[in-house]
Amino acid sequence: MNLQEIQSKIEAALPGIRLKPVRESLLIEDAAMLPKVAAFLKNDPVLALDYLSSVTGADYLKYLESVYHLYSVEKKTGPVVLRVRVTRDSPRIPSLVPIYRGAEFQEREAFDMYGLYFENHPDLRRIFMWEGFEGFPMRKDYEQEDSEILETADIEWLDRHGAKVPEGMRKKAADLKAQGKRAVAEKTGKSIE
Amino acid sequence: MAGFLPDWVLVIKSVLISIAAIAFLGPVTMMYLTLLERKVVGRMQNRIGPNRVGKWGLLQPLADGVKMLTKEDIVPTPADPIAHFLAPILIVVPALLVFAVIPFGRGMTAVDLNVGLLFFIAISSTTTLAIFMASWGSRNKFSLLGGMRSVAQMVSYEVPMVLSVVPVILITGSLSTNDIVLAQGGWGGLKWFIFTPWGLLAFIIFYLCGVAECNRSPFDLPEAESEIVAGFHTEYSGMKFALFYMAEFMNSFTISALAATLFLGGWQGPVLPSWLWFFMKTYVLIFIMIWFRGTLPRFRVDQLMNLAWKFLLPLTLINIFVAGFWYFAPNTIVRVLMSAGVLSLSFWGLQKLNQGYAPEKRVYQFGD
Amino acid sequence: MMEKMFEVQDPVNHDTQTLQVNIGPQHPSTHGVFRMNVVLDGETVVSLKPVMGYLHRNHEQIAENISYTASMPYTDRLDYFNSMSNNFAWALAVEKLANLDVPERAQYIRVIMAELTRLVNHVSVIGFLLNDLGAFFTPVLYAFREREKILDIFEEVSGARMMCNFLRFGGIKRDLPAGTLERIKEVIQNFPKFLDEFETLLTKNEILCMRCQNVGVLPAELAVNASITGPMLRASGVNYDVRKADKYSIYDRFDFKIPLGQTGDVYDRYYCRVLEMRESLKILQQALRDIPVTGEIISKKMAPFVKAPRNFKPPVGEAYGRVEAPKGELGFYVVSDGTPQPWRYHVRAPSLINLTILEDLCIGHKVADAIVILGSIDIVLGEVDH
Repeated sequence: MNLQEIQSKIEAALPGIRLKPVRESLLIEDAAMLPKVAAFLKNDPVLALDYLSSVTGADYLKYLESVYHLYSVEKKTGPVVLRVRVTRDSPRIPSLVPIYRGAEFQEREAFDMYGLYFENHPDLRRIFMWEGFEGFPMRKDYEQEDSEILETADIEWLDRHGAKVPEGMRKKAADLKAQGKRAVAEKTGKSIE
Repeated sequence: MAGFLPDWVLVIKSVLISIAAIAFLGPVTMMYLTLLERKVVGRMQNRIGPNRVGKWGLLQPLADGVKMLTKEDIVPTPADPIAHFLAPILIVVPALLVFAVIPFGRGMTAVDLNVGLLFFIAISSTTTLAIFMASWGSRNKFSLLGGMRSVAQMVSYEVPMVLSVVPVILITGSLSTNDIVLAQGGWGGLKWFIFTPWGLLAFIIFYLCGVAECNRSPFDLPEAESEIVAGFHTEYSGMKFALFYMAEFMNSFTISALAATLFLGGWQGPVLPSWLWFFMKTYVLIFIMIWFRGTLPRFRVDQLMNLAWKFLLPLTLINIFVAGFWYFAPNTIVRVLMSAGVLSLSFWGLQKLNQGYAPEKRVYQFGD
Repeated sequence: MMEKMFEVQDPVNHDTQTLQVNIGPQHPSTHGVFRMNVVLDGETVVSLKPVMGYLHRNHEQIAENISYTASMPYTDRLDYFNSMSNNFAWALAVEKLANLDVPERAQYIRVIMAELTRLVNHVSVIGFLLNDLGAFFTPVLYAFREREKILDIFEEVSGARMMCNFLRFGGIKRDLPAGTLERIKEVIQNFPKFLDEFETLLTKNEILCMRCQNVGVLPAELAVNASITGPMLRASGVNYDVRKADKYSIYDRFDFKIPLGQTGDVYDRYYCRVLEMRESLKILQQALRDIPVTGEIISKKMAPFVKAPRNFKPPVGEAYGRVEAPKGELGFYVVSDGTPQPWRYHVRAPSLINLTILEDLCIGHKVADAIVILGSIDIVLGEVDH
């Protein structure tokens, strides 16, 4: 069954849903319809997509995304990929845990790393980062330290322990301190659609 | 010399010599037992045990001793200081005390009590209290778990152990270990109790319960390393840990020694000196204990309890009756056959009744 | 800030009759730095919450800053026991993304390495399971004797025993040295004998059966719903193996079967792994018989990038490549934006997802069983935490 047929099937079963094919996957424009689509795909006797292989979060600068790869164990058929997009200000997505238990830890990971808040998740808390960690590390606007640029504190430590610091690095650290900034890695790249 | 000194000095002298011998023998045995265990288990695992310190690793126990003595003694802050401190002492002292009633050779029992066996059983039971003190005083949940398991295990395995010794007492009519050995003399070793049906069963049950009493594999639940770190001796370090370790090995030595005494004829044996026979028999039994450790996985707590109460206990009770029958029946082949028959039947019967543990036959299909 | 919008808290246990114990993170048995918050009633487990993240190395973000080939050594360190399988999955994902073909000889060598890795993993896992059961290292050392022989082959082929970094997109890094195939043949000829010896000691062992049968039973529907994959799924009777379902690489040329269990308890998972080892030996024999004697080892399209891997810019798009790693289904989701660095890189780690039902399996059992069940799930923390 290719993507066209699956799309028509879903549109026939759930009237009023808006789907858009994006790069061999189906984008569900309205995030709240996600559980209904997933339940339909799981219970449909022809498709029988009963195995949720992967739940991924992603950051595309203008929006955050959650991608689901569904497979069928019964029919051994290939992936059906669903996507949901949300904004950074209100990243709420309904959770698929009531339908697929395997989404539990993966949604926690997406929450931890991207801040995607899954409603109706039984136990949504950080999974890799420690409790009390602030921020969402994998977002593209999360400031990472640049390990190649030294800061004043680093230079002081190195001097105390008798290491030689090149003049250029000293100057850069002094400049940063004067501007009151931290040594942040520069990120380049433009997003894709 | 005996003519020159007054009597009381002679008595004290003999007492001092016995004490010195045992105080030397106990720890040295334990030290070299640890080395023996590491080398034997190493060989079973296809590797050589320690061999760096001294030839064949013979100085390894000394190195271990120095290490344990020089380690920092860490007592956790919330621990109960008195219980924590007394527990290792309380576990080592009984282990040493029972060396007094073991007949090492002809006329070589340190104290020939006429209730020697009772003394042994009574003193070795106090180990349970010491283990519980250790686990409780450590204020640590893992130690508590280990202590609870240990107390349950030791109390459950005391009962079959004692009951399996009763036939021996019945037949010889005495509680003294020396008398028991003497009763097995003659006929070039054929009168050893292990060669009688009730003796064989009693030996097996006594040995298994002894292994459980020593907290050794496969009954080493209280110190199950992979589950609760080290059980009741998690919070001990340095010399106190060494004392626990020492007590475990001394216990295994004394249990093997007692099994050899009660069932294998003690120091009886032709040609070679009596103490050599005794040590050979004891070390064979210790080797079997080490063999168990290198081979078998361990039991779970409820399976352990079931084994003790539902299987070993009825078996020992039946054994006592069979031993009584043996005592009164005339000395013919019939009594051998009848005793063996009754015991095999009961063994098989109890196994059937405890059938829940037979390994299931599994069938595996192959998908395509 | 965002977190204040959603108040999420760790669950707190207020019941005073039960004992709350932390098993881990330092522990001789939990296969790495992994913690379990266990609430016990006596010795029975009432609730169990796994806590992970002690080995989180932020692999996904690192991959967004380096080139595609540079991620290859990092994938070795995910499931650090089976580095070749991880490499295989990443290579497959990028080959899907960039539409690369793989020459014949390279395909065979990849399959041989993947199956050897499967042998290494299963044999070690059985050893570790028995270590958890208390058999004090004897099965582990027997298993490691065989593992050493296979690790010697890996060293010969790639230069490293465990972190092999051997596969590349479109093929492998270098050809096999002379005589390697004979050595591999020797190893797999002696392996069945070792497996028989192992089985005699273990399979009918009463204590093992008592401890493992009917412990941690996983029903098939729950397994599929919880996204369990690998030997754990097949032990519950579900016939799903990525090698047969996706037929990636050249697996459709080999004749092998998938062992399935019936009950789905710890014993079934142990025995399915033993049977899988025998099937892997079949695949290895067929691969060694059919491998072309000479051939290219890397795709022609990748030839310009062998010396300059940082110029490799796959077309814009995304791909999800998955393999049947020894622990389960290992998948890589990669999104490319046309630059040499990926835009999004995600690891679908089987160990993390297989842990979803750890709590369900352990409730009602004793502490000792919880450790054994964790051992049978076969996790490795590098993967769980990536």
